[in-house]
Amino acid sequence: MVEMIQATRLHPLQAGSVSVALADNATRVSLRARSDAIPALSKALGLNLPVKPKSTVANGSRTAMWIGPDEWLIIDGADSSLVADLAKGQVLHSAVDISHRNVGIIVSGKGADRVVNGGCPQDLSLKAFPVGAASRTVFGKIEIVLLRTSENSFRIECWRSFSTYAYGFLQESARDAAV
Amino acid sequence: MLLIKCPYCEEERPELEFRNAGEAHLVRAAPIVEQSDDDFAAYLYFRQNPKGLQFERWRHIHGCGRFFNAVRDSVSDKFLTVYKAGEPRPNVELLLSRPAASPDPVEQPASTRAPRAKKAEV
Amino acid sequence: MSTSIHSGSNRIAGAGRLTPAKTVRFTFDGQNLTGLEGDTLASALLANGIHLVGRSFKYHRPRGILSAGSEEPNALVDIERDKSRKQPNVRATVQEIYDGLKVKSQNRWPSLTFDVGAVNDVFSPMLPAGFYYKTFMWPKFAWKTIYEPKIRAAAGLGVVPGEPDTDRYTNRFAHCDVLIVGAGAAGLAAALSAASTGAKVILCDEQPEAGGALRYESDVTIDGVSGHEWAAATVAKLRAMDNVTVLSRTTAFGYYAQNFVGLVERISDHLSNPGSDMPRERLWQVRAKKVILATGAIERHMVFANNDRPGVMLASAARMFLNQYGVAIGRKVGVYTSNDSAYAAAIDLKRAGVDVPVIVDTRDDPSSAVVNEARSLGIEVLTGHAVYSAGGKRRVSSMSIQPNRGGNERKVAIDALIMSGGWTPSVHLFSQSRGKVAWDAENERFLPGTYAQDCVSVGACNGTDGLQATLDEAFAVGGGNAKSISATGGTDWVGGMIGSAPGAGADTTVKAFVDFQNDVTAKDVRLAVREGMHSIEHVKRFTTNGMATDQGKTSNLHGLAIAAEALNRPIPAVGLTTFRAPFTPVTFGAIVNHARHDLFDPTRCTPMHAWHAAHGAAFEDVGQWKRAWYYPQAGEDMHAAVNRECVAVRNQAGIFDASTLGKIEVVGPDAAKFLELLYTNPWEKLGVGRCRYGIMLREDGFIYDDGVVGRLAEDRFHVTTTTGGAPRVMHHMEDYLQTEFPHLNVWLTSTTEQWAVIAVQGPKAREIIAPLVEGIDMSNEAMPHMSVREGKICGVPTRLFRMSFTGEAGYEINVPADYGQAVWEAVYASGRPLGLTPYGTEAMHILRAEKGYIIVGQDTDGTVTPQDAGLTWAIGKNKTDYVGIRGLLRRDLVADGRKQLVGLKTVDPKIVLEEGAQIVANPNQPVPMTMIGHVTSSYWSENCGRSIAMALVIDGTKRLGETLYVPMPNGVIEVEVTGTVFFDEKGERLNG
Repeated sequence: MVEMIQATRLHPLQAGSVSVALADNATRVSLRARSDAIPALSKALGLNLPVKPKSTVANGSRTAMWIGPDEWLIIDGADSSLVADLAKGQVLHSAVDISHRNVGIIVSGKGADRVVNGGCPQDLSLKAFPVGAASRTVFGKIEIVLLRTSENSFRIECWRSFSTYAYGFLQESARDAAV
Repeated sequence: MLLIKCPYCEEERPELEFRNAGEAHLVRAAPIVEQSDDDFAAYLYFRQNPKGLQFERWRHIHGCGRFFNAVRDSVSDKFLTVYKAGEPRPNVELLLSRPAASPDPVEQPASTRAPRAKKAEV
Repeated sequence: MSTSIHSGSNRIAGAGRLTPAKTVRFTFDGQNLTGLEGDTLASALLANGIHLVGRSFKYHRPRGILSAGSEEPNALVDIERDKSRKQPNVRATVQEIYDGLKVKSQNRWPSLTFDVGAVNDVFSPMLPAGFYYKTFMWPKFAWKTIYEPKIRAAAGLGVVPGEPDTDRYTNRFAHCDVLIVGAGAAGLAAALSAASTGAKVILCDEQPEAGGALRYESDVTIDGVSGHEWAAATVAKLRAMDNVTVLSRTTAFGYYAQNFVGLVERISDHLSNPGSDMPRERLWQVRAKKVILATGAIERHMVFANNDRPGVMLASAARMFLNQYGVAIGRKVGVYTSNDSAYAAAIDLKRAGVDVPVIVDTRDDPSSAVVNEARSLGIEVLTGHAVYSAGGKRRVSSMSIQPNRGGNERKVAIDALIMSGGWTPSVHLFSQSRGKVAWDAENERFLPGTYAQDCVSVGACNGTDGLQATLDEAFAVGGGNAKSISATGGTDWVGGMIGSAPGAGADTTVKAFVDFQNDVTAKDVRLAVREGMHSIEHVKRFTTNGMATDQGKTSNLHGLAIAAEALNRPIPAVGLTTFRAPFTPVTFGAIVNHARHDLFDPTRCTPMHAWHAAHGAAFEDVGQWKRAWYYPQAGEDMHAAVNRECVAVRNQAGIFDASTLGKIEVVGPDAAKFLELLYTNPWEKLGVGRCRYGIMLREDGFIYDDGVVGRLAEDRFHVTTTTGGAPRVMHHMEDYLQTEFPHLNVWLTSTTEQWAVIAVQGPKAREIIAPLVEGIDMSNEAMPHMSVREGKICGVPTRLFRMSFTGEAGYEINVPADYGQAVWEAVYASGRPLGLTPYGTEAMHILRAEKGYIIVGQDTDGTVTPQDAGLTWAIGKNKTDYVGIRGLLRRDLVADGRKQLVGLKTVDPKIVLEEGAQIVANPNQPVPMTMIGHVTSSYWSENCGRSIAMALVIDGTKRLGETLYVPMPNGVIEVEVTGTVFFDEKGERLNG
């Protein structure tokens, strides 16, 4: 008897083994604070704000990425109370809603690192950019925030008006990575 | 493309993420309105542009966003060290005498500080 | 000797590694030819007995194939897939053939065998090196109109394609522990060793197949198998390892700072029908912790008379054609050498059944075993002799042999001649890495000396002689613990000669070529020295030696030696020209890779872009942004549309997309203090809910940016910047915050793209918006001009600004960007019955100019102070510090005679001045006139019923009422100096 083979669906945006897709709508906050405020803000957020460069801490749908020594990008579901929660920390900080400023793009599949490296000059080996690593960096001619969500998947955040460029470039790069 | 160590990100990153921001350790006088014409001209326009080691500012503009300082050899393009904004000038002689350049800035004794000593260090 | 008819009469059965059954058809200058899969164009042409491949650059001499690799200077052809995919100057020795390949020879007219330009060869005594520097001096005009075009047409190589390239090119950034350049014996061994440590290794080689010299060395055994078999097995082993990337057909072309190396991978140039997803080339930008250069050595030719005749080639090339491709380069092959390595080629050819009548060796007493081996095979060996010249025209037909020091000439009939002047270590990449080469006087070669980066050279490029030594060295530098492997055979990389051979010395006038591609002969180099060029850099530029696309791979050392001899100075004292990237030519496609078409540069669109497009907007490029410029209706030209839009705003209302304005949220208890330092204006006392127009200076006192700032809370400001200034203003503010005022508790966040901004301007603006707004009292009293409120519009959060860039009562509705289009549509629907008209950037420019509002960057140019621009009112008089305060006190900035912004009205109201036009006080003065200013903004104002303009004029504010003149090509335009406000001078409409 021949073993049955389960056919897999191929997404129309999928080039080769890597897919490039838009992320769901999200709440995003740019959080700025000095180190003495971190404990109170962490408590208010329900996660420990990362203090190590290029790292992230996630809790449930909430992910806080270290962007700079006093800067975090926090992403949560579309109906999040991020800004209000941070205010409960009652410590000096700046929380600015940038939910609509950014667009998220998910690059996933085997070879996703190669697709991102089509335009991003950072070392994306697992050693240098492990799962959970996040960094502001460049992609082609634009600035992005890059987050590795698993060995073979990345989330790219870019500004709204650059998303067409980022999406087009990633698709081109995915075509190349499939060769 | 250079690799530049960001003292805030604590690792080397591609030059594409950075922007050079000119000579380091220029001090904005306080109160600036009282500064003499000559001193203000020196602050605003006159730069050292040495052949060899120079103190310069960089911003990790497409990374952590921080400004920092570096000592770079303008001939070989090699960075001797990088240090955070606001930290004093490192002792170059000491760094050069080490077998391998250390990323840690070293406090320089006031007596051996290089030009512009008339101005306060940030 | 049996031959295969299908793939060329010179194919030797049983020789080479190609499969006779796998034939490939291609054309050369229209002639149908057949080769074998795996052939290069060079091997396929030679298999078909074709040696004549092109004409030379200057003299149009017939040229053939010199080499079997990327160093090829002669055999350059034109490859055309279709009109847009056309590549000139392709090296026949690099291009692999595919079914349907179309090849054309270059630099000949009307045909390769009969070329009119070849008269240059006859007149060559009149065309010495540097001839064009001296000959075409007079008359002066003729250089551009006659000489240069003619010379350019006659000299030259291929023709550039006339249509855009339709191929795809891609890019990949890569990082590795060890990058190894060259997959010959040294590179493969180093890769094995490095890979065994678990290091991430990239191994690249420009050839389709690994092996380097092992591909033609028939006498090598490594680890018990032939060199070629070992190379194939080793590559297979490396490819199977997860930590190794093997890139074939990949040239490391540039070695930059900190072990950053550029590679180009040729992906589809060898394929008949590359898939549409397949890029033509991929650029690899590799950052390696360590670079191992295993780039080998390049064989030199012998410099003797007519050494450029087709059929004269490097000995190693003949060996490659035979042992890899199974092609005999001729039936009767002469040999001319000054070292041992040509003997191996002669022996291989002889054993394959080719007649090798004589080996001419310049050495008096070569004692090597190969000499006896050659003799034992029946080859005559003439030592202490030289080839004085090659006979034949379109193909070599004879060699004239004399003893080194002259004597009886003997002519031997041949149909090919192989030569070896010895080996030049390939130190190109090492030199590019800023390493310093050292002169090895004993072996007359430059070798890697002082390294500038974490890099090491192994094998022939390092001057390591002998295969066993190379393998041992490579295993050691690879860093692994594995023991080296044993090997026998291989080429000796030492010996040979540099400079002109006997018979082409200083006392001769023969054409002995040094640089084939640029047609530089030994006597040209000597001429350069006589003309006073004493440094090799000067000699190079005078003769163009080594300046062609091959960058002198075969010619540099010869040229240097001849110059040194003529100067009577040692070689290192004459110098070595610098090696620069690229190692071999790189396509523009590979360099720009993805950055073409839509990806050339980001095109930024606002959240309402689709609406503008659907409503017929013409767009204007503002930096990367597409902005709606105007909205022409049926039958309207731009002028009519803009006039209609301007009138509608003043009479009813207009709706304008202002989303591109830069926005920065300034948050923290010291926010006002920070703004006090960054703007000329005072901010501490600005009430919550109020706005103020701010001016930002650089430290030198000149206007840098401007914009309206709204205070949302004690500790939160919404700052706007110009569209173009947004990124640099953010950078400027961050600079001061981080490095000058780090003690302030304030942070900056760019919110440019968080908010869609819908400006509604005009007397009916409030009436239009109010029904859509919740939670904000929009009455004049509650929300006066220059105020900001937070509430809701169409059910979504808004920051509603009452402000105006038109002089009308107006609002700027900020909503989160994704809601922008929906809110815009709702406002438009609400306003349509009231005459709401969409207006674009052109109308916006006119409306603001009617009010004398400046645009930074148009009415200012980086040398304009607030006083110059008539904005003294915006400077906080009691402030003790802000960026630019000291600059404004500079003598030159407070002196008389500065250019000040004024209005201009043409005496004839119908004339619209040209922006940028110069202004004079007296139009009757002789040229050059004294110019006292220039027009910065100029428009037709339908609302004023006349033209209006602004200008920067010396002492302009003292000239109000004066008549000035704008001289133009068609006559002088008379203008009156006025104030800058042309409409509603009292500003009453703002509060309407």
